[in-house]
Parts: sequence; structure tokens; C-alpha cells
Amino acid sequence: MPKDVLVFVESRAGQVKRPSLQALSEGRRVADALGAKLRALLIGSQVEALASELAAHGPDSVLIAEHPLLAHYQAEAFTAVLAEAVRTTASEYAFLSATAMGRDLAARAAARLEAGLASDCTHAEVTAGELRVKRPVYSGKAVATVRLAGSPSLATLRPNAFPLAAAPRTPSIEKLSLDLPESRIRARTTGIKASEAAEIDVAEAAIVVSGGRAMKGPENFALIRSLAEALGGAMGASRAAVDAGWVGHQYQVGQTGKVVSPMLYIACGISGAIQHLAGMSTSKVIVAINKDAEAPIFKLADYGIVGDLYEILPKLTEEVRRMKGQ
Amino acid sequence: MKIAVCVKQVPDTETKIRIRADGRSIEEAGVNFVVSPYDEYAVEEALRLKEKQGGEVVAFTVGDERAATALRTVLAMGADRGVHLKDPAFEGSDALGISRILAAALKKTSFDLILFGKQAVGTDQGQVGPRVAELLDLPHVSVVVSLAVEAGRLTAEREIEGALEIVESPLPAVITAQKGLNEPRYASLKGILAAKKKEILTVTLADLGLEASSVGAAGAREIWEKLEVPPSRGAGKILKDMEPAAAARELVRLLREEAKVL
Ligand SMILES: Cc1cc2nc3c(=O)[nH]c(=O)nc-3n(C[C@H](O)[C@H](O)[C@H](O)COP(=O)(O)OP(=O)(O)OC[C@H]3O[C@@H](n4cnc5c(N)ncnc54)[C@H](O)[C@@H]3O)c2cc1C
Repeated sequence: MPKDVLVFVESRAGQVKRPSLQALSEGRRVADALGAKLRALLIGSQVEALASELAAHGPDSVLIAEHPLLAHYQAEAFTAVLAEAVRTTASEYAFLSATAMGRDLAARAAARLEAGLASDCTHAEVTAGELRVKRPVYSGKAVATVRLAGSPSLATLRPNAFPLAAAPRTPSIEKLSLDLPESRIRARTTGIKASEAAEIDVAEAAIVVSGGRAMKGPENFALIRSLAEALGGAMGASRAAVDAGWVGHQYQVGQTGKVVSPMLYIACGISGAIQHLAGMSTSKVIVAINKDAEAPIFKLADYGIVGDLYEILPKLTEEVRRMKGQ
Repeated sequence: MKIAVCVKQVPDTETKIRIRADGRSIEEAGVNFVVSPYDEYAVEEALRLKEKQGGEVVAFTVGDERAATALRTVLAMGADRGVHLKDPAFEGSDALGISRILAAALKKTSFDLILFGKQAVGTDQGQVGPRVAELLDLPHVSVVVSLAVEAGRLTAEREIEGALEIVESPLPAVITAQKGLNEPRYASLKGILAAKKKEILTVTLADLGLEASSVGAAGAREIWEKLEVPPSRGAGKILKDMEPAAAARELVRLLREEAKVL
């Protein structure tokens, strides 16, 4: 029996989430190594139109689950669909991205399927027909190599930890027939409160510029915001800055904030406490700007500037704008 | 209201990690164990609900002898009694096993609300709350930053990327707590003294009527084969004693030409 792979593709407001395309790319790589089929699963109320966007990243087929009750993410409804999709396709592995939706859904669906689940993985490899994943544990101070025993097994993949790869296919489209009685959905999503301006969320950004206690007050975060904007990235913060009330909790990176894994992370006036590192240590390239040459963040940094951020950040923003011809 | 809160004892996040000779677990000697920080938000929320609406708060934990101190901490914060799920057969349980143990224990009482932390610090999976909800066939809301409970229903706000989702649910239900939900209290000296007199019930595999093969290492589906220190990133290029403008120019050049991220 080939060990087929199913990837749940997340969409919100008619948009496929980029981390899902990364998960699909990884799913293709794993399915190839296993000599198996890759299926993408789209769940929503009008999602069939999104299937064409997935073709570039390698699914052999796209399963569509459409129902008015699936217009918003609701754990019970989505669990019923995902579990049904895994069962009817006899998939060995189901991947989701480790987003708010993916983590919630994977856990509940794993229980329904009596399956093992490895959360927030940063690496996957197939050796001798068996899948192993790696995931950071103990605030990133260690990495566990995990074997998922039994079939099916689930894994959530950390956004941006897996590259987006091109693997064009012409997937077949299959419809999943659904029996979704309204009475089965008790917890209902009744609204969404967007936070502030339509900014890129720190957990999804390819470039993150974060400020720490050294920012001294909310007004100085303009320096962080300007550099983030010039780079086309998102603003982040340490807990010290959030707890001081200078920026909202949605910007916090770290153990009790968001886990990020961007291409580029720039830590400005952040010392590098272990709980902060827990949220960003798998970033591809780490830059530290700190006036203390002994700050622990420099141990992790690929590049750093020892100096006063109030002098350096304006120059850096200027230099980036010049480079981009803005 | 009958409220259950499930807590886990974890190594303090400041702890230095040393990997055991078996290469799969950490050395526990010298490690400071604490109640997982997210669980404290769950405990605080449980206590506030009880203070407002009356009822009882029962704390549950799965773990060896040492885990009883986590229950004492929660009792000292104000929980009424503790349930310690302790059996050699539970050792080596993964999230699936822990969820089965907790669900079996929780099923013995009809709780109106069951609270968890959004994830246990250390393993950082965030699985047990939603898994228990599914096993008990209850609705759940995870990563909750605000909660209101009234007349047999709850309204919660949960954190998602760039927004908050508002979720309504009938009780009984399961909630997992995120930072921001409240500010956890410290145990007072009076609370610590009172906790010594509070009941902790020990519950074993046999009491729960579970098969030994469904929990512990025997029932685990997520198997840690290896634990390693992450590869060091190598010495970075640190620019020192440079004019700010020159340092900025050099950094941008390095990011573009060497790291190729711009
Ligand atoms: C359970 C728990 C969970 C936690 N979760 C998180 C979390 O999710 N995220 C998080 O970030 N923290 C978290 N923390 C807090 C963490 O331990 C640190 O306290 C916090 O990260 C420190 O923030 P900071 O680096 O901004 O501040 P500090 O440690 O005070 O560092 C400020 C840095 O700025 C530098 N500096 C000052 N002025 C300048 C200047 N003009 N130019 C350049 N550099 C300057 C200083 O040299 C120093 O290195 C948690 C703690 C606990 C106990």
C-alpha cells in the first residue's frame, strides 16, 4: 500500500494561505520519497475556484468540501470533514500548517482519528519508506526527532520553515460528500475582530523587525515600523515592550507570543532572553542591533551591529530605501 | 458551576537543558519544575468564575510523585481539591495517551467548564485541550484571550493571525487559555497553609478502567527517537566601532550579496 499524503489547504476570505502552499510543497516532496499520491483538501463554502492556485505546487488531486456551514472555521465542522477525508482516501499522513487554524484543527481531528500528531515541525525526511519529523522543544533549546507510529498520522508544519517549491501538475478534482447536521456544531464563530490597520501579521511575514525594551516608549516604535515598511515586512516586539504597553500583544514574538520563522529577523534593542529566542530561533537569517556587545542575542545572530539603535535604525531605513530605489 | 482545570508540571523555561545518555530525554536532576505558565491563566480564570458564580474548582494533573507539587501550587492559589492521575502505566504517554487519561477521569463528573493552558511549555504541542474535548464530545475554543460565561453559554475571543475570532458555545465546553486572558494571582501564605489541608485524590489506571496498552509508552503514537541540541549557527559577522551610516551600508550589502535575503 502506498502511503498517501493529504494536505489541508487553509483559506480565509477567499485567499489561500501561503503557509499552506509551503505545506503542499513539502507534501509533494514527502509523497515522492514515499512513491505515494498527494492530495490537497480545500474546505469552505466557495472554495473550488481556489483549486487552480494549488496546481503549481504538486497535488495529484484536489478534494473539495463545500458547505454553507463551512464558511468560517469552526472546529467541530472542520474536524468532521478532515477526519472523513483522511478516512475515505486512506491517507497515511495528513499535513496542516501550524497556524491558529491548523493547530486547533489538527489536535481535534487527531483525537477523532485516534492518531499521533507532531506539532509545529520544522523538518521532515523519509528514510527507507518511513517519515520522521523534527520539532523544536524546550523553548528551542533542543530538537526532537519524532517517528509517527500507526496510520494515519498527522503533523503541523511551521510556517516559513519549508520552502515553496514549484511542481506543476494538472490535478483531478474530487468532491467530498458531506453529512453535516447543523446540530453537531455547537461552538460557533460569530465574528472576527481585525486588529488595527491591515498589516501583515508577524507570524506570516517573510521579514520581521522587532523592538525591545530599548525602545523606551510607544512613539519610538515608529523607527521599527519604518524599517519594517521599507523592507516590506512586519513589526514585532519582545514581551518587555508588550508588557510595558507600548505595542499590542499581537506583535509579541516568543514563548508566550507568536512563533515566527521568517527569511530575515532583525532584533533591535532585544537582549535575547530564552523565551524570546523560543519564538524566532529558526529564522533563516538573524540580525541583532544592540549597544551591548555581550548581549546573548549576538550568539544567535548571523549579522550584528554593536551600537545605539537610535543612530543606526534611521540610517538603515535610509539605506534600504536607497537600495530599493524608493 | 463545576469547573475543572488541567495542569502540567514542566521545567522552568530558564532551565539549562542537558540531554540524558539515552539521547531521548532530559536530565531532571537540578531542574526547577513549575506549573506550565499557560496553565496559570487557566487556573486564574477558573478561580475568577467561581468567585463570581459560586461552585467548585477541581485541579487535575497526570504525572509521577513530583507532579503532586503542581497540584499543591494550584490548591494554594485557591482550587478546592486535586486529582492526581498517577500510575506506572502512564509513564511515557504522548498527547494521545494523556488525553485518554484525562478524558477518562473528567468523565466521572459532569463539569460545566474544563480549562487548559493553550500548550504545555517544553513539548509545546497544544494538543491536549482540543483532544480531550473531542474524546468527551464537547465543544471547545482554543487560544482564548477573553471569556464571558453566562446562563449556560460562553463567549470567547481567540487569537488568530492578525485578528481575534469571536466564538460562542453552550456549556459544558473546553477552553484553552492564552496569555492576555487575565493576570494570574500568586499563592498567598494563607493559601499555601490552607492547601496543605485540601484533599488530593490519587487515581490509577485501574480506577479509570483504561487498557494499559492504550496509554503510556505502550500506547504512544508520537515517538521521540532522538533529542539533540540544535546545530549552532556559527559565529556571526558583528560590525563594531563603525560610524552608524557605514555600519548600515555594510549590513545592507551583506544581507543582499552574502545572505541574499534582500
Ligand atoms: C514564562 C515567561 C514567558 C515569556 N515569554 C516571552 C515572550 O514570548 N517573548 C519575549 O520577548 N519575552 C518573553 N519573556 C520575557 C523574557 O524573559 C525577557 O524578559 C524579555 O524577552 C526581555 O525583553 P527585551 O530583550 O526587550 O529587554 P531587555 O532584556 O531589557 O533587553 C534590552 C536590550 O536592549 C539593549 N539596548 C538598550 N538601549 C539600547 C540602545 N539605545 N540601542 C541598542 N540597544 C539597546 C540592551 O543592551 C539590552 O540587551 C517571558 C518570560 C517568562 C518568565
